[in-house]
Amino acid sequence: MLWTWPPTPRNSLPCLLVLLIGLWAVPAGAESPEEKGLAIAKEADRRDLGWQDSEVDLDMTLPNRNGESSTRSLRIQSLEVPDPNFGDKSLTVFDEPRDIEGTAFLSHTKILEPDDQWLYLPAVKRVKRISSVNKSGPFVGSEFAYEDIASQEVGKYTYKWLRDEPCGKLQCFVVEQYPRYEYSGYTKQIVWIDQGEYRVMKVEFYDRKDELLKVLVQSEYQRYLDQYWRPHRMHMDNVQTGKSTTLQFKNYNFRLGVDEDDFTSSRLKRAR
Amino acid sequence: MTNARAFLLLVLVFAPFSLAARDAAAGEFDLSGFVAFETRYFPNAPLFAGQGSAELSPSVVAEPEFVYEWNRRKDRLTFVPFARFDADDDRRTHADIREANWLHIGDGWDLVVGFERIFWGVTESRHLVDIINQFDGVEDVDDEDKLGQPMVNFRLQEDWGTLSAFVLPGFRERTFVDDDARLRGPLPIDDDDPTYDSAAGEAHVDVALRWSRTIGDWDIGLSHFHGTSREPRLIPTLRPTGEVVLVPHYDQIDQSGLDLQWTMEAWLWKLETMTRSGHGKRFVASVAGVEYTLYQLFETVYDLGLLAEYQYDGRDKANAPFTPADGDLFLGMRLALNDVQSTEALAGASFDRTSEAVLFFVEAERRISDHYKVELEGRFNFNAKNDVLLSNIREDDFLTLRLSRYF
Repeated sequence: MLWTWPPTPRNSLPCLLVLLIGLWAVPAGAESPEEKGLAIAKEADRRDLGWQDSEVDLDMTLPNRNGESSTRSLRIQSLEVPDPNFGDKSLTVFDEPRDIEGTAFLSHTKILEPDDQWLYLPAVKRVKRISSVNKSGPFVGSEFAYEDIASQEVGKYTYKWLRDEPCGKLQCFVVEQYPRYEYSGYTKQIVWIDQGEYRVMKVEFYDRKDELLKVLVQSEYQRYLDQYWRPHRMHMDNVQTGKSTTLQFKNYNFRLGVDEDDFTSSRLKRAR
Repeated sequence: MTNARAFLLLVLVFAPFSLAARDAAAGEFDLSGFVAFETRYFPNAPLFAGQGSAELSPSVVAEPEFVYEWNRRKDRLTFVPFARFDADDDRRTHADIREANWLHIGDGWDLVVGFERIFWGVTESRHLVDIINQFDGVEDVDDEDKLGQPMVNFRLQEDWGTLSAFVLPGFRERTFVDDDARLRGPLPIDDDDPTYDSAAGEAHVDVALRWSRTIGDWDIGLSHFHGTSREPRLIPTLRPTGEVVLVPHYDQIDQSGLDLQWTMEAWLWKLETMTRSGHGKRFVASVAGVEYTLYQLFETVYDLGLLAEYQYDGRDKANAPFTPADGDLFLGMRLALNDVQSTEALAGASFDRTSEAVLFFVEAERRISDHYKVELEGRFNFNAKNDVLLSNIREDDFLTLRLSRYF
């Protein structure tokens, strides 16, 4: 980390702290790239602990070749599951396009197994448990796969730190992560994480043939509850097809007091 | 159900609205729904004299949804009226209150009062345990459209599962197509004066209870219903005019049901089974099957689902309502293109083991802009001559093309 010195004055204090914590935690030189990659992932996870629950509105824009675009509008409620052996829970409700208005999607994220997922179809008032073995399929026709939007948990990947390098105005760790999930659509992802706040700035996704498939850029970060950083813009480019999808988040709310009961398949019928 | 009682229920349901209105600043109003134009195409001439012979049969349908939420979304009023205007079938031209209810979400429980639609079950080819609502029989032949059922539904969510209790005042009669319409049998159905087992008739208050729970990969539901059968027996009756008509008769039944799904990677294993008394000798009926999905078919983003279900029904043919699903094999395919337009198609066929008749169907849909969707449905029968039910509608193969505007 020393060769990133000196940091820009604005970020000097957090960077210094990170440096000190890093030096204290692991003696320099004793850490393999794998250990360092894992340590970075754990630190990013540790910093995001304790947000409890959140709610956010999301607009998804899917441009087509004619310069027009379709939009999706949805709301996502999330529940933090502190146990590292389980992933978070989320409930997604669609507002647009209007033909799928009220359609709701419940996911209990797992680490290495398929998630538990239910879909609510309002036209027939039916809740369906769905197979989630395939996490690499497109989410509502977008360039985001289910596994891209699922909660990111440390145990889902193995890691290898590659290098440190500037990313825009910031300095980033560049870490390669390998999905441990058997049916992942990726062989690896390369992730740029800023050293000051451990925010994911960019991800490159490599397909099953180990060729670059997609590039995700996360930006417009805002901090909530004085601790939790959330990107308000996520832009995914599929470099193989030239298609893209932009997610714009707004109206984040935290700690609304929801609990496990609000994330059950029977409650899904009442979701809106 | 009488108009006066329906009105009383509506008043009860919408009484909280006046309370909510005072607090309007905190509430949220939402209007959604659709209007659709559709036309059915019947390529063959009708089988029975008196049936309309129009090849194209257009209709217009609307189903708006008004929702008002307040109290941090813990309280919700929903109103979903429905209406269809059909060019050829006066009975298919009809209106209904699909939903008109007040929902309150408490801590670990919730309550619904008013007209509501409920779905129970897991299988695709037949819905055996699903019993709360009456079918809107004029809408389609697939038993997927339901009339709104007045109810008080209390639901309790605990560690041991979800318990849902229903009190169902006000019976809804099944709707039947008109005498001059397609998709009917040789005898006209006279549903102006149906008969009931219960002396209370349509005023009989039905009750139901359901427990459901997810345990790992298993989703389990157990249910019991006591009350007026949603399925009528059609009794041949001689009218003073000398005409023979079928009069619906609704028996009192008790039905216990089990629905089960095991989700194992790309496999969904499904079972619905029920036992019913009140229709002659107690009997058991079951649907069991499997759905397997081939994801990202041939390295595309397409998913192909394969479905197979077997239908068993041990009902007493003399004393129970007629069912065509008494030994049928259903095979189907579901294709999802996973594109921006959400293009999907479902095709399948039911094979009747005894009559060797085959009913083939296809349903396809595609969004054509952010507000429009186009759907195509078709039903075709083969070798139906020896089949008790299908032989009546063997000339009624049809295609439906529907354009819907969602708002």
